Amino acid sequence: MNLGKNIRQDFPMYNENGKYKNVPLHYLDNSATTFKPYPVIKAINNYNYHMTCNAHRGDYTLAYDVSSAFEKARSEIASFINAKNEEIIFTSSTTMSLNELAYMLEDTLLEGDEVVISKQEHASNVLPWFNLKKRKGIEIKYVDIESDGNILPSKLEKVMSSKTKIVSLASVSNVLGYPLDVKALAKVAHDNNAIYIADAAQSIAHNKTDVKDLDVDFLCFSGHKMLGPTGIGVLYGKIDSLKRLDPVFLGGEMNARFYSDSTYTLADIPLRFEAGTQNIAGVLGLAAACSYLNKIGFENISYHELKLKKHLIELLRQNNDVVIYNELSPSGIITFNVKDVFSQDVASYLSTYGIYVRTGTHCAKLLPEVIEADTTIRASLYIYNDIDDVDELATRLKSAKEDYLNAFFSK
Amino acid sequence: MPFSLNDEMMREIIIDHYKNPRNKEEINDNRYITIHMDSASCIDDIYLQVLIIDNKIEDMKWHGTGCTISLASTSILSTMIKDMSVDDADSLINSFNEFLLGHDESEEKLKELYAFKNVNRQPSRITCANISFRGLKEALEEYQKNEK
Repeated sequence: MNLGKNIRQDFPMYNENGKYKNVPLHYLDNSATTFKPYPVIKAINNYNYHMTCNAHRGDYTLAYDVSSAFEKARSEIASFINAKNEEIIFTSSTTMSLNELAYMLEDTLLEGDEVVISKQEHASNVLPWFNLKKRKGIEIKYVDIESDGNILPSKLEKVMSSKTKIVSLASVSNVLGYPLDVKALAKVAHDNNAIYIADAAQSIAHNKTDVKDLDVDFLCFSGHKMLGPTGIGVLYGKIDSLKRLDPVFLGGEMNARFYSDSTYTLADIPLRFEAGTQNIAGVLGLAAACSYLNKIGFENISYHELKLKKHLIELLRQNNDVVIYNELSPSGIITFNVKDVFSQDVASYLSTYGIYVRTGTHCAKLLPEVIEADTTIRASLYIYNDIDDVDELATRLKSAKEDYLNAFFSK
Repeated sequence: MPFSLNDEMMREIIIDHYKNPRNKEEINDNRYITIHMDSASCIDDIYLQVLIIDNKIEDMKWHGTGCTISLASTSILSTMIKDMSVDDADSLINSFNEFLLGHDESEEKLKELYAFKNVNRQPSRITCANISFRGLKEALEEYQKNEK
């Protein structure tokens, strides 16, 4: 299947002749969020236009239809990662999934227990554990990362101790983009009697995820980074692991009964972890995104991203002003700097040509301790990107050093 | 005397202050009010140190990292507010903020700050241009609170 330009007609963001505000659109910030294809928008709109009512609450026909659609969507999302239906808990994002999980795991931890993360983690896989350290007196340990962003099982083995209870790592770092061998890392965790949490925010849209094969205990991802809507995320948990946890959010639909003596009983899993009215349109949109991605196929996605990355790297290598930090990492993320120009200045300059990249620490604020660059520029590719995007980026970078203030002044 | 800056002159002013920053120095003197500006974005990380005595700004020093726009505007600010009264500094902050939003302000008052006339071509960068002005505002407020 040909991706890139050939599928832009599926994405209304390209409707204005591929321009945004009359400038050709070269969107290279897909690690931040992705465009939405028509089937996703249609699924969201269909709920709002034609079948609005609450799920799991009414006895009338419309309510039955919405509840059925909601649970059918759950089942499609479960199949997408090879999970059981009841192992899918809806949240609002990866961040919420990780925070909710940290709160739920609190009761399973004792003072002095250890949580292993790495210095390339996103804030949402760092700060919930820092907070748990403050509340519960746990210790944070860091597993060493390789210069390309990989994390070796042998290095994980080194930081494990009898006190390690949790290993929580991004399957693909949002800065260096190296896809980890999650299966091998989870095995190290299990061999040491710890649980393994996969932050799949950056991997879910790019590589096939099979939670059974990976054998992770929990896995978190967001809809909007995989062509789905914002405001919907998933917390996957092995059913046996979920059974050991108590919900932290209480309210409608998560309880079975409650009494005036302050006792209550819980609804079944997964509903006990979904207090309050859910993001129904978001769930339906996410299921449509799963179906769209299945149709394209992860082999095609990966082939396309790596082909574009290889081409971009070849072009950037010819530019002596560009320093690349993750040349070898096999994903669609390219992290670089222009020598002697502040990253944000480069991004503003590129923005005037419709090239949209991210700059800064990308919320991975411990990473500068490892890669010796305070801030970087990140271009992240996806299925609708094509040679035109990477060529334009490489071309404009040639003159970035001299012309970067052209963003503000005509020459 | 009013003067008019063209694009090339504005660019030169900004590059000059970025490459040859004025008053960039870390001060170890507890009479200075120190403000750390690092919340505007992931990137800018600037410390302002301001010495105010009897409602007059005696000195401003700064250090840290940031983009061309934020560092140049900080450098220019540091050259302009020495010997200014707290009220005049406050008035300058307000004028510059209005100017960044595209409103007319006098070139005479803004002096080299006029070089930031085009920052709103990239609206997301307005917060870079006024980062140290927001920091100075905090310093002025802290001074006034301490004086009460």
